[in-house]
Amino acid sequence: MFKLSEKILLLCVGEAGDTVQFAEYIQKNVQLYKMRNGYELSPAAAANFTRKNLADYLRSRTPYHVNLLLAGYDETDGPGLYYMDYLAAVAKAPFAAHGYGAFLTLSILDRYYKPDLTREEAVELLKKCVEELNKRFILNLPSFNVRLIDKDGIHDLEKLPLGAK
Amino acid sequence: MALQDVCGFYDSALYRLYSSSEDSHNSTWREPRAKHSGVPLSFSIPHSQNTIWANHTDAFFSLRSHPSTTSVKRPFHLSHGTTTLAFAFQGGVIAAADSRASAGGLVACPEVAKITPIHSHLVVTSSGSGADCMLWERILAREIRLYQLRHGRRLSIVSAAKLLSLMLHPFKGTDVCVALTLCGWDREEQGKEREAQRAVESKVSMAVKSNKDLSDGEKPVSFCISAASPVGALSRTESEIQRKWKDPEDQSLISSQNTTITQQSGPRLCYVCSDGTFLKGELFSVGSGSPYAYSVLDGAVRWEMCTEEAVSVAREAVYRATHRDAYSGNNVDIFHITARGWRRRERENLREEYYREGQRRRECTKVREIERKKQRRKCVTRTEDAEEKL
Repeated sequence: MFKLSEKILLLCVGEAGDTVQFAEYIQKNVQLYKMRNGYELSPAAAANFTRKNLADYLRSRTPYHVNLLLAGYDETDGPGLYYMDYLAAVAKAPFAAHGYGAFLTLSILDRYYKPDLTREEAVELLKKCVEELNKRFILNLPSFNVRLIDKDGIHDLEKLPLGAK
Repeated sequence: MALQDVCGFYDSALYRLYSSSEDSHNSTWREPRAKHSGVPLSFSIPHSQNTIWANHTDAFFSLRSHPSTTSVKRPFHLSHGTTTLAFAFQGGVIAAADSRASAGGLVACPEVAKITPIHSHLVVTSSGSGADCMLWERILAREIRLYQLRHGRRLSIVSAAKLLSLMLHPFKGTDVCVALTLCGWDREEQGKEREAQRAVESKVSMAVKSNKDLSDGEKPVSFCISAASPVGALSRTESEIQRKWKDPEDQSLISSQNTTITQQSGPRLCYVCSDGTFLKGELFSVGSGSPYAYSVLDGAVRWEMCTEEAVSVAREAVYRATHRDAYSGNNVDIFHITARGWRRRERENLREEYYREGQRRRECTKVREIERKKQRRKCVTRTEDAEEKL
């Protein structure tokens, strides 16, 4: 997880060195924008900037093999989640997942997601997803970092349980 | 290398060969134009006929060519044929490694030093291609030194590792194969200039370590395995394993060192790999023998352990790995880094340990055989008594 600004988080998975290199590149550029212009990029603008960079490098000799989720809170538009993949596609979605875990969790999210979830309900939904992963996913993933973004910024929630049940 | 950079001196003959961009299509070597200031890429890579050297503004990323084109074919499959490990605990950092360099199926050199000191508080364990590791260690040492000269303070371990990771990134996708663990102790800065000056003097004296006479710094340490140690299965006499420690020659840094562990200072471990991996942690093992080492370390390493226990655990882990892994073996080197700097344990040949263990097992089996015979005799006499009663 990379903090792009006070209200934007970038989650980056993929090839070993590419993730950190690309994510840090985006992070520094977003911060540079803030320094130059005095205000922060909106999540939509940041997502499109990231996607543009992915697309530019895609047909070069050094494409970045990374899958991204960009989560942010905009003053006017409210919360926004952007799903980006290594082929430089971008989609604004109410919920998203990358990797093999996506196969297991997307149907749970489809079933139980409502646009007007409360905070507690949202955390419960996330716990359901993690339980399913603990049960059916081949790799043992001991713990998950959980963060919440709202109008007051980024908040750390408690880590989700260690070990498979 | 560092002095050459700082003075801006270029050997005219070599420079002509490497530098001119006009006749680049004639020369077989080309210098990558790095626009990224502060991280010089002033060494050449072979010019590949099929790649197009467009005026890429981001020269940092333009060096990754497709591996399938004109790269040199390797004579054997490269794997990290080694066992190196490092872990941090309350008494500092222990770094241990075997000493075998393998090339395909044969032992190229049985006496390689895989742990290299960079400066008084940083030591690097290497695995992967031997030549690449040697080169990148030198480059890292150069960059750390240049930073120290330019800014008057020493780079922290994590910063040095990050710098190395950034320098290795352009070579991702090529055949560079380097996996280094940086082990060290971050110190809090007190009296920067004085320390910088002392670092200059000590660096020169510590640059090359040879197995000469052990001078004033030697302290014979005996290893006693406490009853509580989980690795205490092997019992040893003190004389068998008494090994000498060699401290760095410059002891002047010891006097006013802050030995407490805070957020800024304390033991640090970073793993940097040529594929771009950069990890910070408290326990790492790298190489073909690493699974065997991990299983020993995971059960025995605790933060609270004492130095003797830590050294014996590290030694045990390397021993088990060299026993099971064909590409690790010969000797074990152990370094211990504290707030006062690194010190090196005398190299130990594991063949002796192997024979000792074989002997112990045979004795154990003999004892068990005797016990079993006694048991059988008891049973026989009991049945005889029972028959008599009947």
